[in-house]
Amino acid sequence: MFASENRMTIAAGGFGLGGILLFVGLAAAALLVHGGTGGREDLFDAYVWRVTRFTLLQASLSTGLSILFAIPVARALARQAAFPGRIWLLRLMALPLGLPALVAALGLIEVWGRQGFLNKALVAAGLAEPISIYGLFGILLAHVFFNMPLAARLMLAGLERIPAEYWRTSANLGMGSLAIFRFIEWPVIRGLLPGIAGLVFMLCATSFTLVLTLGGGPAASTIEVAIYQALRFDFDPPRAIALSGLQVVLTGLLLLLLKFVAPPPEEGETSGRAIRRFDGCQGLARLADRIWLTLALIFVGTPFAAIAASGLQADLARLLSEHAVHRALLTSAAIALPSAAIAVAIAALMIRTQRLVLSRRRHGMPARFFAGTIGASMSFILLAPPIVLGAGWFLLLRPFGDVARFAPLIVIAINALMALPFVHRVLAPAMVTHAARTERLAASLGIGGFHRLRWIDWPPLRKAFFTAFSFALALSLGDLGAIALFGSQDLATLPWLLYSRMGSYRTADAAGLALLLGILCLIFTVLGTAGDDRTRGSGT
Amino acid sequence: MTAAAVILRDVKVRFETTVLKFDCTVPAGEIVAVAGASGSGKSTLLNVIAGFEEPDQGEVRIFGDEMAGRPPADRPVSVIFQDNNLFAHLDVAANVGFGISPSLRLRNGDRERIEEALDRVGLAGFGKRLPPTLSGGERQRVALARALVRHRPLLLLDEPFAALDPGMRAEMRDLLADLHQEEGNTILMITHHPDDVRLFSDSVLFLDQGRIVAHDPIDRFLERRDLTAINRFLGQETGR
Repeated sequence: MFASENRMTIAAGGFGLGGILLFVGLAAAALLVHGGTGGREDLFDAYVWRVTRFTLLQASLSTGLSILFAIPVARALARQAAFPGRIWLLRLMALPLGLPALVAALGLIEVWGRQGFLNKALVAAGLAEPISIYGLFGILLAHVFFNMPLAARLMLAGLERIPAEYWRTSANLGMGSLAIFRFIEWPVIRGLLPGIAGLVFMLCATSFTLVLTLGGGPAASTIEVAIYQALRFDFDPPRAIALSGLQVVLTGLLLLLLKFVAPPPEEGETSGRAIRRFDGCQGLARLADRIWLTLALIFVGTPFAAIAASGLQADLARLLSEHAVHRALLTSAAIALPSAAIAVAIAALMIRTQRLVLSRRRHGMPARFFAGTIGASMSFILLAPPIVLGAGWFLLLRPFGDVARFAPLIVIAINALMALPFVHRVLAPAMVTHAARTERLAASLGIGGFHRLRWIDWPPLRKAFFTAFSFALALSLGDLGAIALFGSQDLATLPWLLYSRMGSYRTADAAGLALLLGILCLIFTVLGTAGDDRTRGSGT
Repeated sequence: MTAAAVILRDVKVRFETTVLKFDCTVPAGEIVAVAGASGSGKSTLLNVIAGFEEPDQGEVRIFGDEMAGRPPADRPVSVIFQDNNLFAHLDVAANVGFGISPSLRLRNGDRERIEEALDRVGLAGFGKRLPPTLSGGERQRVALARALVRHRPLLLLDEPFAALDPGMRAEMRDLLADLHQEEGNTILMITHHPDDVRLFSDSVLFLDQGRIVAHDPIDRFLERRDLTAINRFLGQETGR
């Protein structure tokens, strides 16, 4: 094969991996050196434990509620193939994934908040005590809004992988709705649960923006938010490091546990062609399904509607002509485009390197270790709190002059890193299948280097790359995590601008900006998940 | 009972680009081979009888009863497919047990019935095994055992031996023939193999482009030379 070319790829992969580890490691080291954790007794005081307890509590509750809601919804979606607008409901359920958390929070406040639809209706109905969205309730609400659709889609994908013969056999045998759930659907869902629950738990435990905006005080604060407060308000790096260590240990343990007990949930192949099923057309089952689907539609749909409605009431024309908004748009683009490109490039390099290293006939311990580190870094990167990375680099670069000059670069790098696991999950399956299909053939025909890229690799992989790029773009555009520390008059991305307008109670402006940001991100998300909609060729 | 096992009268099934039309009468107690090229409508024919597909028009009668609107489970029919007949995560006994109770509520004596059925298909003692640990032929026999405990007078087989090697196919054919002798049921079996037609069936339903173009007793069918589709089908035999 092309030995020199492969060696170069592996070397580049090594550099890439080294770069990632260095970027994370240096940031942590800088904070450690700066703060010096020695001798501080107050690091793990009552506040830290309370925050930790609350983090675990809200993440467990969010996970549990998301999954409890997702099971009947996924089942109804699988069963009611003829439900009018099913495909649109599925598309709607793919949207929260790409909606910036800040925008979603605004939408949820519009619906569930003090001035929201629900409370107005309750007050009109004569109930004096309005429900408050701030605190645990709001956090759970937001987490279920984001994760119920995710969980339901993953379960649905699992249910749709059940062979068509199962449904025919169960219909032929006359299995009832309960028996079908117990003997066919539940075993499939149960197999997926550890993976889905782990993923949702991770996302909820490290949730930052939602807790920051909806937590409403120290009583409802997670570790991630506490880190931010320790850095931005108290500038107490030792505490930030201690909290980060706690977070990394907690989530790391969970990830390790999941690696052993649960396979990662498989995305893909949802929607599109519905499998023909024969159950669920009887009155009661059908009614229950329709109620669940309607509930899901209302729950997921109303915040979107609220964002659109209140955004359109804002003075959009003035907003769009505002200098600050223009600059925020440009800043966002200048940060999101390179960070998405970097994320895609690094992910592709990592996948290729991992495969090359492992495809050698006799890969020794070092090779396996190398490949294993790549694989682990792709998921463990989620553990490094963006705020901590930012703070570490802030300290590292301070001796070299005004940190504001470096701030955009740090934000780009952090955003790229944060998008890496998601990009990896989109690219890896496509690249691995493609390689398995073409590697040997291309090698035997002597197609290598640029020609292989041009004729063999690019055409079939183009779509996966665009999908990954688009998704990374949406993630980076909507991110408030990295910018939260560096945001200023001079470096204001759209989410930052939105956050500061919310902070100064310019609600109408915030609504308009939320609509703008929401639309931008959703466009890229839809482009980035377009692959989901392809209809599979019909079997049999 | 004089009623025919299956009567299809003027049945039409519309697809996006084609319309399939079926007319036939299958006498009770026969083994009927259903043959024809891929896409000729064999599976649709079985789906209509089993109730997986509602015809757009026409009448389906099984043992004299009109089947319109009747769900698959309420028809006197058992079905075995080429693959995925067993729920892979449940053991063999549970899979057979569904033939007794679709909610798997088994009573005293049902265990024995399951064991007896497994014994009859040559799988005594296999009850605790999981389907993935069985060979393709063994899995099909478990499906057959399930059909046995269900006692439906009509058995539909959709290429049940297609994934099996020739030796196993012959074994399954013999087993099926023995059980047919004992049960006196009616069997419709889709097959691509002239051997299955010649050695196993009493008559042949031959489909071409969505129509039943021939329905003959086996001897007469084997002598037909007037239809190219049939020639091509039987010609495979000499080609091998």
